[in-house]
Amino acid sequence: MERRTLFQGWKLPVALVLPQLLLTFVFFLWPAGQAVWYSMTQQDPFGLGSVFVGLSNFRELFADPLYVHTILRTLVFCFAVSALAMTVALALALVANRELRGRAIYRTLLIWPYAVAPAMAAILWLFMLDPEIGLLGHPLVKAGLPWDYHVSGLDAQFLVVLASSWKQISYNFIFFLAGLQSIPQSVIEAARMDGARGWRRLRTIILPLLSPTMFFLLVVNLVYAAFDTFGTIWALTEGGPGKATETLVIKVYRDGMINQDIGGSSAQSVVLMLGVIAITAVQFRFMGRRTKT
Amino acid sequence: MATLELQGLAKSFDKTAVLHRIDVSLQDGEMLAIVGASGCGKSTLLRLVAGLEQPSAGRILLAGRDIIRLDPAARDIAMVFQNYALYPHMSVFDNMAYGLRIRGLSKAEIGRRVQVAADMLGLDALLARKPRQLSGGQRQRVAMGRAIVREPQLFLFDEPLSNLDAKLRVQMRAEIRRIQRNLGVTSLYVTHDQTEAMTLGDKLLVLNEGRPAQFAAPMEVFARPADTYVAAFIGAPAMNFLPATMGEGGVVATLADGARLVLTDGARPGLAGRKATIGIRPEHLVLAGKGGGDAGGFATTLDLAVELIEPLGSETLVHGMLMLDGTSLTLVARLPGGPPSLTDGRLRLGVPAAELHVFDGETGKRVEVG
Amino acid sequence: MKNRPDYVAHACLLLGVVLFALPVWLVFAGSTQDSNAIERGEISLMPHLGGLGIYPDVLLHGSMGSAPVWHMLMVSFGMAMAIAVGKIVISVLSAYAVVFFRFPFRRTAFWVIFITLMLPPEVRIIPTYAVMSQMHLINTFPGMTVPLIASATATLLFRQVFAAVPDELVEAARMDGAGPLRFLWDILLPVSAANIAALFVILFVYGWNQYLWPLLVATTPGLDTIVIGIVKMIGVETQTQWNAVMATAVLALLPPVVVVVAMQRWFIAGLTEGDK
Repeated sequence: MERRTLFQGWKLPVALVLPQLLLTFVFFLWPAGQAVWYSMTQQDPFGLGSVFVGLSNFRELFADPLYVHTILRTLVFCFAVSALAMTVALALALVANRELRGRAIYRTLLIWPYAVAPAMAAILWLFMLDPEIGLLGHPLVKAGLPWDYHVSGLDAQFLVVLASSWKQISYNFIFFLAGLQSIPQSVIEAARMDGARGWRRLRTIILPLLSPTMFFLLVVNLVYAAFDTFGTIWALTEGGPGKATETLVIKVYRDGMINQDIGGSSAQSVVLMLGVIAITAVQFRFMGRRTKT
Repeated sequence: MATLELQGLAKSFDKTAVLHRIDVSLQDGEMLAIVGASGCGKSTLLRLVAGLEQPSAGRILLAGRDIIRLDPAARDIAMVFQNYALYPHMSVFDNMAYGLRIRGLSKAEIGRRVQVAADMLGLDALLARKPRQLSGGQRQRVAMGRAIVREPQLFLFDEPLSNLDAKLRVQMRAEIRRIQRNLGVTSLYVTHDQTEAMTLGDKLLVLNEGRPAQFAAPMEVFARPADTYVAAFIGAPAMNFLPATMGEGGVVATLADGARLVLTDGARPGLAGRKATIGIRPEHLVLAGKGGGDAGGFATTLDLAVELIEPLGSETLVHGMLMLDGTSLTLVARLPGGPPSLTDGRLRLGVPAAELHVFDGETGKRVEVG
Repeated sequence: MKNRPDYVAHACLLLGVVLFALPVWLVFAGSTQDSNAIERGEISLMPHLGGLGIYPDVLLHGSMGSAPVWHMLMVSFGMAMAIAVGKIVISVLSAYAVVFFRFPFRRTAFWVIFITLMLPPEVRIIPTYAVMSQMHLINTFPGMTVPLIASATATLLFRQVFAAVPDELVEAARMDGAGPLRFLWDILLPVSAANIAALFVILFVYGWNQYLWPLLVATTPGLDTIVIGIVKMIGVETQTQWNAVMATAVLALLPPVVVVVAMQRWFIAGLTEGDK
């Protein structure tokens, strides 16, 4: 990536990167450092000061079965959202990737939900499935089905997964379609000459060629489900009923902002950071390998 | 306008020398063609003159003034790039005018200069177009126009024709030469194509792995190549080389199969008793009579096992193998007219003594008479 | 080329279109209906044209004690623009410096920027909140936007775009006498216009859709974004004016959707070429 031609001097470029570096330092590095520091301190009961307690916040955190459950719940939630959003998107992309009358219109009609805020997705599905006022929810209840996400944890989990994946389908659709279109026509034609058709062609030719896209999307979807769905979940259930829909980010917010447990919440932040760093590292190792070829 | 002098110009990247002590001097209005295989340092040489790289040593005198410390824009030099480097978002007019605007020329003067260049290049009707709306040849002209409007002291051409198809290349080659002559601007022209180099240059600089192999007029380079590298590089098909041993006195060269070549143009006493390389251009080989014999003014005759005959219409290329004492050697002959008739797939070719080139078998350097 | 009839494909795609459109249509239809009927569970997919008056109503006055919707839209728009433009400006500048210059600590600077990729706002809410309150940025517009402006993704994207600009173009500009800033303004920015447009769409949507961050740092109603505002509305326990909520929801959805649809060509190219 090194360029041949360069401009001389060092004052101008330093001045140009400075704003970015300043923001990065003030709003990223300093807070992150403070999170690490807070995570190793404990507020005294009167809030007058804090004492250094080493890793005890972390020990406490992982000894707490509630926290471990939240981790597992978050993982299940992330994979459920990714699986649903990716499967539907792939199916739509496969269908859309052919000479079809009105293809451009379909594409437009399938990408706009990208623009919907996660919190807005919650509002939209609330009106669909609310047991009292929802277009589908109310008739379900009237028909005698026990549907109420305010009470049933399972119902709430279902709703949260549905609303979260609904919004992400468009994004995945765009990438799957681009991925499919980048498969050379000649490869598909060669497969046809070899007699591979239908499901077999999909499984042996198209999906393997699509695997870089899939891997990329899996990472993006997992990160999306872990972090960007705060708005969706908070607007729908606030993590309830009980803790049925409480993900790690919801818990950080609740413990830190509502319960004011700075030490414990900071320890959770640090754990989250380590998680993101791990995901990013995996992604970049993979991407790095791909861009080299 | 301006003379150009390169004195001991050298360049290394991270201690790897890519250019060794180049010395060149050009008269006002002369065009120097710089030729060599890819990676020989010819583009680096051009970029040093342009000011896009700093040399490790040496001086660049343009019109007697050392320009080494000057910024590219301050050198009064214009360059035509290999990929044209047109500004994709600007019209043809703006592409040509951009450098003039930065230099603060008046609107009227810019308009006048662009108009003159556009007339010269036949771009008049295209001034409002964007580069993507132009053909390859048209883009090439715009790149030329951008250099012309600057009215510089020196033109630099970096393989400007390499992205054109063969026919257009021949056409543009002639046009570049015509325009450069008319404007009388001293020029450097980098190419890997020896035909372009031969036809365009008043002088020729052949580079071999960063070293100047020969600097002379094109016909001089062709007639008296300084070493086997230059000899092989200039001329198509390439010169044939025959390994030989020089006899006492440096008059008779003996090929591996025992055939003797008498150097009738004169002795090379310096090579006496040592290994030599005898060069003969394909077009200088002639058909020898069927009877054979070393007669007829030939230094020797060669018995060629023909492998491939390529009739080109007005002439014919004959590729074949020469067996010299167990080792085989490929040889190409360029004969006038249609395909010759063979006997048992063989052809006897005469080597005219006057057309021989003699090189030192170890250093590859040309060895002159005397 | 194939015998399979295309109506299967059309049916699948239509199903997808309906899956996406139905909830939005429902909210639109509901916004024109009687709030009490909705409360009784009698929402229908048929809009009542007579109920469209709710739109000027919520725009000008809001409902259930919320700020007027036009005000919340302005806050959202301001936030989205500030984040999109801010990110693009500082990312272009830093990517330009990193690609076209050699300066001391260039690699360090790049890595510092790069590391922020690993710290999305959601993982550092608590400590960043603490920093913000020390800087007295809570409940201010800069507090809502500036922390979201630093971004590795945009810098990486521009670095990639700039690195792909041919060397010869830079050299031609230098021979023409263009200095570094002139080259940036006259050549580099126009040449990258399509990438900038694409990124703008993505970042505008990103800014408009922020929820957690404004929830955290802006608690005064005057700084409510439309997304914050509407979630507050549905949280009201009694006497919810459902048609007003739904009208607000439609107005909240519209701007980012319009931006994406209007600029979809650039947006798709920018998304699939750059951001990965």
